[in-house]
Amino acid sequence: MALDKTEVEKIAHLARLHISESETEEVTTRITDILTLIDQMQSVDTEAVEPLAHPLDLVQRLRADEITEENQRDRLQQLAPASEDGLYLVPKVLE
Amino acid sequence: MEWETVIGLEVHVSLSTKSKLFSGSSTKFGAQPNTQASIFDCALPGTLPVLNEEALRMAVRFGVAIGAEIGKRSVFDRKNYFYPDLPKGYQVTQLDFPTVGKGSLTVTLADGSEKVIGVTRAHIEENAGKSLHEEFSGMSGIDLNRAGEPLLEIVSEPEITCAEEAVAYLKKLHTIIRYLDISDAIMAQGSMRCDVNVSIRPKGTTELGTRAEIKNINSFRFVEKAIHSEVARQQEILEDGGRIIQETRRYNADKDVTTSMRSKEVANDYRYFPEPDLLPVVIDDEYIAAVRAQLPELPNARKARFIEEYSLSNYDAGVLVSSREMAEYFEIVARSSGDSKLAANWVSQDLLGMLNKNNWDITESPIQAERLATLIARIKDNTISGKIAKTVFETMISDKSAVDAIIEAKGLKQVTDSGEIEKLVLEVIENNPIQVQQYKDGKEQVIGFLVGQCMQLSKGKANPAQVNELLREKMQ
Repeated sequence: MALDKTEVEKIAHLARLHISESETEEVTTRITDILTLIDQMQSVDTEAVEPLAHPLDLVQRLRADEITEENQRDRLQQLAPASEDGLYLVPKVLE
Repeated sequence: MEWETVIGLEVHVSLSTKSKLFSGSSTKFGAQPNTQASIFDCALPGTLPVLNEEALRMAVRFGVAIGAEIGKRSVFDRKNYFYPDLPKGYQVTQLDFPTVGKGSLTVTLADGSEKVIGVTRAHIEENAGKSLHEEFSGMSGIDLNRAGEPLLEIVSEPEITCAEEAVAYLKKLHTIIRYLDISDAIMAQGSMRCDVNVSIRPKGTTELGTRAEIKNINSFRFVEKAIHSEVARQQEILEDGGRIIQETRRYNADKDVTTSMRSKEVANDYRYFPEPDLLPVVIDDEYIAAVRAQLPELPNARKARFIEEYSLSNYDAGVLVSSREMAEYFEIVARSSGDSKLAANWVSQDLLGMLNKNNWDITESPIQAERLATLIARIKDNTISGKIAKTVFETMISDKSAVDAIIEAKGLKQVTDSGEIEKLVLEVIENNPIQVQQYKDGKEQVIGFLVGQCMQLSKGKANPAQVNELLREKMQ
């Protein structure tokens, strides 16, 4: 399966990645290579194989419903570019 | 052309765990912004999720209550999208292997008939944070306290055919969730939210029409109105020869219309994939049986028991079980007063009327169940008449003294002394010679008027049965 340039641009946009015009061709080739590998894997007969949700054959451990975290707002907000009244500030987003 | 409506509902319920779905942050409502947002909730690198066992148990509890298939192996997936109140860049949810599979709800419609509505699935997922767009010039403020709180998304089958059915389904869902004590489910506070999928098709056809999804409706009444308005919109478009576009819409309650939300550039391309940070969640039959064993009595079972045990009508029983708190209140009144019929009338009419008038929830009632039971007991033992009891009830709303003390202090005790009643009766006979003559001439119904006069004269305190008897005796 081969990808074209528009599809790569769409995927890059969805992942919020900026790919310059000059890089697009190389990225397209690399993704196509990966897809080719997947095509090859698709051709394997997996009739008798159980679908796998995780490579580790283990089961999720659970935690008790307890509050174990403390308020670390002041320390965390030192990492943020901007905050005000306890809120993180980001460039305006409106739907 | 005649049309029929097809509705499916997606309901988000905030599970009332103490801590978040994947972190040990508190979920307490109303905290200062970002004081309940840990390094995990802020998506700092190196942090990992650990599933809250109580959130899982609550989801299974719901599933068992609606007779659903329970996923013995559920898998979490990432739903990818970018928005500042979702710091990880994805929401952890369950796509192909949800914890709760197919189940159903039985709802009672306005005409008293019942309908079974299928539940497709219910999956566990995490909530996003909150964005505030108003106060910061040119910037948006982000509060991550809500980020990572556990949600249960309950998806109905597209089997709902009108707005009234949709509301009946939502109310039933709300009642069950409250009985199960897995969420406050308060729509106005956002702990229960509803997305409505609406489409119409020519009556009698089977193919589904293109649907519109109306997002985030926050009251039962608005759900009903939004559906009416959306159905009318779609009908007009189709009858004018147009076509419906699949899109997300918003309900504007002020104008009573739905409007298109700016559609995302690439809609529904969430690129789901299994969450590599979480392993499959496995539960066994024993786990499910233990959850089932702890289920409380659910509304339908309780309704049947009320009809059987307290000889209530289908309607009264339905009203009384509509909330767990009200059902419990009624049972205390019925048992302590020893008269379930009177208890049902007082709770469903006088008490409920008083609560509605003041916009109070039954948990805020100024009259406790035991006090109402005492009042009813005083009607039963003839201390007061039913009519006087209404006056005592009014007083009880603001006066916290004991029922007997109120009756005593206001001098409302029923007059049963035959000497006093005889005085009343004789006075009324003397003052109403015309009516007395009519009675003597065989006009039986005049007795009602004369009893009324005696009651009025006694300010409602005379025992009406005694008055009636004595009047007849004196007029012979």
